[in-house]
Amino acid sequence: MIDLYLLVLLLTPLLGGGLLAVFGSRPWAAELNSAMSGATFLAAVALTMRVVDSGPQVAFNEQFFIDQFNVFLVALTAFVAFTTSLFSRPYMRIEQHHGKLSTGMLHLYYSMYQMFTFTMLVALTTNNMGIVWVAMEAATLTTVLLVSLYRTPSSLEAAWKYFILCGVGIALALFGTILLYFASERVLGEGGNALLWTHLNEVKGALEPTVLKLAFVFLLVGYGTKIGLVPLHSWLPDAHAEGPTPVSAVLSGLLLNVALCAVMRSKVLVDGSLGTHFAGNLMMGFGLLSVVVAALFLSRQKDIKRMFAYSSIEHMGLITFAFGMGGAVATFAAMLHMTMHSLVKSAIFFAVGHAVQKSGTQQMEHIRGLLQVSPTVGWGLALGTFAILGMPPFGVFASEFLIITTAMHEYPWSTPILLAALGIAFAAIFGKIQPIVFGETNAKPLPHPPALIPVFAHLLIALILGLYMPPYLADWYRQAAALLG
Amino acid sequence: MMSAPEITLAIVFQITQLLLVVLAAPLLMGWVNQCQAWLQNRSGAGVLQPYRVLHKLFHKDAVMAHNASWLFGITPYIVFGCMWLAAAIIPIIAVDLPFSQAADVIALVGVFALARIFIALAAMDIGTSFGTLGARREMLVSFLAEPALLMVLFTASMISHSTQLPRIVEALAHHQFVIYPSLAFAGLAFIIVLLAENARIPVDNPSTHLELTMIHEAMILEYSARHLALIEWASSLKLFAYLSIGIALFMPHGIAEVGNWDGLPLALLWLLLKLMLAGAALAILESVMAKMRIFRAPEFLGAAFLLAVLGLLIHFLLGV
Amino acid sequence: MPNAMPYSLQIINLLAALLLLVVFAMLAQRRILSLINLFAWQGALLALSTAIVAWSTAQHHLYYSAALTLVLKVMVLPWLLHRLIRRLNVRWDVETLINIPTTMLVGIALVIFSFNLAAPISQLAEGITRGLIGIALACVLLSLLIMLTRRKAVTQVVAFLSLENSLFFAATSATQGMPLVVEFGIALDVLVATFIFGIFFFQIRETFDSLDITHMEKLKE
Repeated sequence: MIDLYLLVLLLTPLLGGGLLAVFGSRPWAAELNSAMSGATFLAAVALTMRVVDSGPQVAFNEQFFIDQFNVFLVALTAFVAFTTSLFSRPYMRIEQHHGKLSTGMLHLYYSMYQMFTFTMLVALTTNNMGIVWVAMEAATLTTVLLVSLYRTPSSLEAAWKYFILCGVGIALALFGTILLYFASERVLGEGGNALLWTHLNEVKGALEPTVLKLAFVFLLVGYGTKIGLVPLHSWLPDAHAEGPTPVSAVLSGLLLNVALCAVMRSKVLVDGSLGTHFAGNLMMGFGLLSVVVAALFLSRQKDIKRMFAYSSIEHMGLITFAFGMGGAVATFAAMLHMTMHSLVKSAIFFAVGHAVQKSGTQQMEHIRGLLQVSPTVGWGLALGTFAILGMPPFGVFASEFLIITTAMHEYPWSTPILLAALGIAFAAIFGKIQPIVFGETNAKPLPHPPALIPVFAHLLIALILGLYMPPYLADWYRQAAALLG
Repeated sequence: MMSAPEITLAIVFQITQLLLVVLAAPLLMGWVNQCQAWLQNRSGAGVLQPYRVLHKLFHKDAVMAHNASWLFGITPYIVFGCMWLAAAIIPIIAVDLPFSQAADVIALVGVFALARIFIALAAMDIGTSFGTLGARREMLVSFLAEPALLMVLFTASMISHSTQLPRIVEALAHHQFVIYPSLAFAGLAFIIVLLAENARIPVDNPSTHLELTMIHEAMILEYSARHLALIEWASSLKLFAYLSIGIALFMPHGIAEVGNWDGLPLALLWLLLKLMLAGAALAILESVMAKMRIFRAPEFLGAAFLLAVLGLLIHFLLGV
Repeated sequence: MPNAMPYSLQIINLLAALLLLVVFAMLAQRRILSLINLFAWQGALLALSTAIVAWSTAQHHLYYSAALTLVLKVMVLPWLLHRLIRRLNVRWDVETLINIPTTMLVGIALVIFSFNLAAPISQLAEGITRGLIGIALACVLLSLLIMLTRRKAVTQVVAFLSLENSLFFAATSATQGMPLVVEFGIALDVLVATFIFGIFFFQIRETFDSLDITHMEKLKE
């Protein structure tokens, strides 16, 4: 049964990519895109329920592996990909209306969107550490042309940077993978099994620690480039700011998570081999640095999408830090924060996209009085900002609270740093968003109705999870946290 | 310890080598020139031309500048002596010559440096602008070439665990065939150093007197007659010595043992063959390359240093 | 003494050393055409060493990757790059950000660094792999250095491909080949990446009238 679910889950976006590569210029391409994403989401739900009920499973001759941890990301990825496709349908049409996009560009966008979903799902579900790398590289390749979709000089620059930096980063991750294989070959023998994560996990105690240590450094630096960890983050704000908004939403909400998943898979192996907290310490260091640096950069931003891109770096840093601390509570909190960040950040990007469409600029000083122009967009942005800043009762508050209390308990020295960074981030974002939402304006209301159902759907989930965590979900996350140790 | 007859034999070998080198060096120079002439479609002056030149120069009266000091007069003898000594140390016809115990490869580089310092000082002694210019250029080239040469020799020393040339040659010549990637790098570096140190194209051009480019010729412009002859002879000795080092390090097979009279003719035959090949290769190399601007020379020699260092590093990593 | 080493291993060691030499030559190279030719040579060395590993360890799937390397990296990619620079009419000299001798010194430092880093691993490795990881790592870092010190988009791409080659060398020589499916995946990624780079060249030139990436330094912070 699991084979079938998985097959549907993976083939749907692949088929969607193929279909849209042919029919991407038709008027109903956007609907087809949403339908395919919807079907993927349904398959993901079915798979999730199955795995949460019956525990970790392998499929297709052990080539794929699903446990509570990655199925959580599969569900999240499929959901956000689905809502983003719903959002992008009217959004991209308005962009086309404004003459910023041609039909050909939309064609490319739709087919690449599906392919991007496919590569991410493969990266999440594959059991082969080599295929993880291949899928991550493919995810870069599918999005790089989307970042430069507008063909403006700055978008080209952003895409080039994205391509080169992520290409280099991911190349280092490949070196890490090779080292991992080098270590496992000595234990598992040559051939296809030596890179399968489930096999590696069984023999992790026998893997050579010196090699794994070096391998993890390369893997963390490599995939860390994709997570956007400081100092490897410089592509991230550019790509988020210059690409179309739906692409920013999926990059920020999904791709970063997938890269983090790959790092976590490696961390489990390295911890098992080394028996020390080496990997965790490294992740904590990178995470903390990212939180601090991103918070400091936030206040200097003028471009609204850029600012939220830095906010993504900050939150990914926080999640990496929490995963680095390890232990059931911190891992649970990290996963919760991952969920919250994906939902809220993509909601914010949706709202920002409409705000930018309305004012025709991404410069924050020229966006004013959203509430007067379009109350829904205004409230969407305001609530999203509240949520991402960790205001109760949104779920981000709960996860940040958990992370900080754990840090206070385990690593007291880090708490003031984290609190200060979060405070700075709060002041920076709040101070900039407040006039945007509540300020005075003389702009005319939007000619097109914005597509804001996804925004409020995401925020509603974040709100509910902040107020009440269903036992089913809590159980599921706890199991996943236990897997990661 | 060697017995008395063995020592005698070794000294005989040493003297044979000394005589052979000093007499054959101009021949090698002539051979290289002749090969070049052939490559340029000229008939050439014949391989014996350097002897004729030396003969002519020795029969002329030497002219010294009025302000020349004793240094200027003594330099040709020192340079010639240094080169002869260097050629005596290198195992050319046989390993384990008595003289070679006296100095290892580092001392050998030192002997070359001594000659260079004297010739540069003598060039500046007269105070002509050409002499100073040549000396400065020579120093520019040598300060880059010398470390590269040392690195090359170190790589070989690392492989054979000795800085004594006879030990190195023994280690390399008397083992079964092994590919040494490190020596391949060292070999490339050595070729560059050889070209630079012997004032060949592309660093210098021995056959022109263009003030824009000349290095070696600029230093010896003031010399005449027997002084010039000695310096020319020393130059050919230097070329002979360098090619012999190259042969010793990179193709030592076939060299004779001291005292082995039976092996000597075969060793000499091998030596002749190798020197002819090396000389021809040098001529070909010079024909296909263009003289480079003097300011590119540091980069060229930098490449030699780089290659030598790489060779050394690769030896450390791969163990070969 | 290393006498006991089989010849195949000696040849692989030699090829590894030559690979390092080629990367250094690329680092020193001023002309873009020579750079591409060097890249082709690198591919040839890689294919040869892969084939020798395949022969000496009797792993037949490595013959496929050797053939793949030969076709993709010695023929197709250099041909594509040659075509690209003809079409784009860019045969100028490569401009470097730092002068070449300095780059070389940095390169030497990188080699020492990576040899040091790989030393504990070399101790572990038996037989064929000894030392090769160090050389592969050095090639990776040197390719990164080429990428950092060049201004032109095409050069950066050649450096990127050389980086990929070095990794491939690590995978085939040091670990005697990754599983075939992974290797095919990597090769596919590289091919697609090259096509996308090609698309980029045209987009960049259309927009900036040049392939000099110094035009692309507007986005900061």
